[in-house]
Amino acid sequence: MSTATLQPTYNYKVVRQFAIMAVVWGVVGMAVGLLIASQMVFPELNLGLPWTSFGRLRPLHTNAVIFAFGGCVLFATSYYIVQRTCQATLAMPRLAAFTFWGWQLVIVAAAITLPLGITSSKEYAELEWPIDILIAVVWVSYALVFFGTIMKRKSKHIYVANWFFGAFIITVAVLHIVNSASLPVSLTKSYSAYAGAMDAMIQWWYGHNAVGFFLTAGFLGMMYYFVPKQAERPVYSYRLSIVHFWALVAIYIWAGPHHLHYTALPDWAQSLGMVMSLVLLAPSWGGMINGVMTLSGAWHKLRTDPILRFLVVSLSFYGMSTFEGPMMAIKTVNALSHYTDWTIGHVHSGALGWVAMVSFGSLYHLIPRLYGKEQMYSVGLINMHFWLATIGTVLYIVAMWVNGITQGLMWRAVNEDGTLTYSFIESVEASGVGYIVRAIGGAFFVLGMLTMAYNVYRTASESEEPSSDKESLELNPTTAPVEGR
Amino acid sequence: MDINTIRGLATLVALVAFLSVVFWAYSSRRKGDFDEAAALPFADDQQEAAANTDAPGSHRETHKNSQKRGAV
Repeated sequence: MSTATLQPTYNYKVVRQFAIMAVVWGVVGMAVGLLIASQMVFPELNLGLPWTSFGRLRPLHTNAVIFAFGGCVLFATSYYIVQRTCQATLAMPRLAAFTFWGWQLVIVAAAITLPLGITSSKEYAELEWPIDILIAVVWVSYALVFFGTIMKRKSKHIYVANWFFGAFIITVAVLHIVNSASLPVSLTKSYSAYAGAMDAMIQWWYGHNAVGFFLTAGFLGMMYYFVPKQAERPVYSYRLSIVHFWALVAIYIWAGPHHLHYTALPDWAQSLGMVMSLVLLAPSWGGMINGVMTLSGAWHKLRTDPILRFLVVSLSFYGMSTFEGPMMAIKTVNALSHYTDWTIGHVHSGALGWVAMVSFGSLYHLIPRLYGKEQMYSVGLINMHFWLATIGTVLYIVAMWVNGITQGLMWRAVNEDGTLTYSFIESVEASGVGYIVRAIGGAFFVLGMLTMAYNVYRTASESEEPSSDKESLELNPTTAPVEGR
Repeated sequence: MDINTIRGLATLVALVAFLSVVFWAYSSRRKGDFDEAAALPFADDQQEAAANTDAPGSHRETHKNSQKRGAV
């Protein structure tokens, strides 16, 4: 590998755009989450308007945090990592620019249509068919850019992070196109191509793999690059990462039916979903251990480096929620947990603790490099963000555990004559305190996100020139020794 | 064929597939390739060291580390 002689100029423009918008949409999506969490405490906050009611803002929140915040983080990091580990500049730069503008258009369209009540009512796939088509076009372009760059690589190998990103891109394309198949009756209304239990199964095959591939595989790709970079040592076991990859992608795809326990879905499909969810613990924990063990011999860095702390705590939450998930997929546990706040708590231990925290760590590593700076404007503010995010997540999860188990136990309690002990509204009343604590936890998390926005703004605005040009111009071959092995 | 035979065979196929991946990944012939691949995130550190003035020595050290790992 004669990499030092010909350094490519990386395309950082689109990476910068996505990274900045990730922060912007993160603030928006999490603020909407805080608003609807507060609506559960003070229902008057729905303002008595249809557009700001919980039922319309909830999908806006999930779409904003998953696809706007998470999506922009994934685009930014995958474009950055694929260039740097392939040592090639981004293929098809104009198409890459199209993926940015196209994706922002999708987000704006979602932010307009969802409050208006225009929805296909499929969870995490609420957007109506014209927007679905735009998503499919943007996604196929994304695949072309990403795999095009891999084909241009100078290194012999494809780094494991790119395998995870590749699986995420391909699978999300398949999931989105199959699940969104529908019959349009007007510009704003369509009916699913599937019916009954089949529709439910396809929806949750999509829904769970949105978790498994969008929110897991893609973010594991980030983990496999940014943890080694920030710890300044290669991943603990590259072999384990390969077993991790194949086991994860082979098993995740089967776990969807656990969302449909005790429904009209055939019993064997429910059991299959449960068993596959249990098996999934192994690859999930294999990946977590691989990430955490990368720090062996570098643990002292955790004391001084809040970015590394973000990454390691995200892995801890990943381990915790991937233990909780298989447990909740067991039918008897699910009989207690399903339809309660426990599910919401589980989702957020994954979403806040794992997805958001690994994103924060990655963005704090990424953004200074994109703007040609050594580090963020303020490391102290990163540390503050870390504690706000951690405390917020813990408050959120604990509140939802207490609420969920309370609700589950109250709903199943029966008197000696077989009548229900509690009415539904009594379980709502019992949840009141939990909703207050959840909103406080959410406020902590949003405050942390605002801290990040300020830190990023100062970092980006104070740089004199973008780094991509600078890096290539200032490259001095004499100071760059050829790596011989 | 009984449906349960197919179920049993499917389990067996999954087991064989998993073991093949494990044996492939952990065979000693792959070691050199994997060590090279694991070093890829650091392959363009020299470039960054040239661009940023922050202690280029620390980046070199990373390489030493990665090579040490490879040698073990």
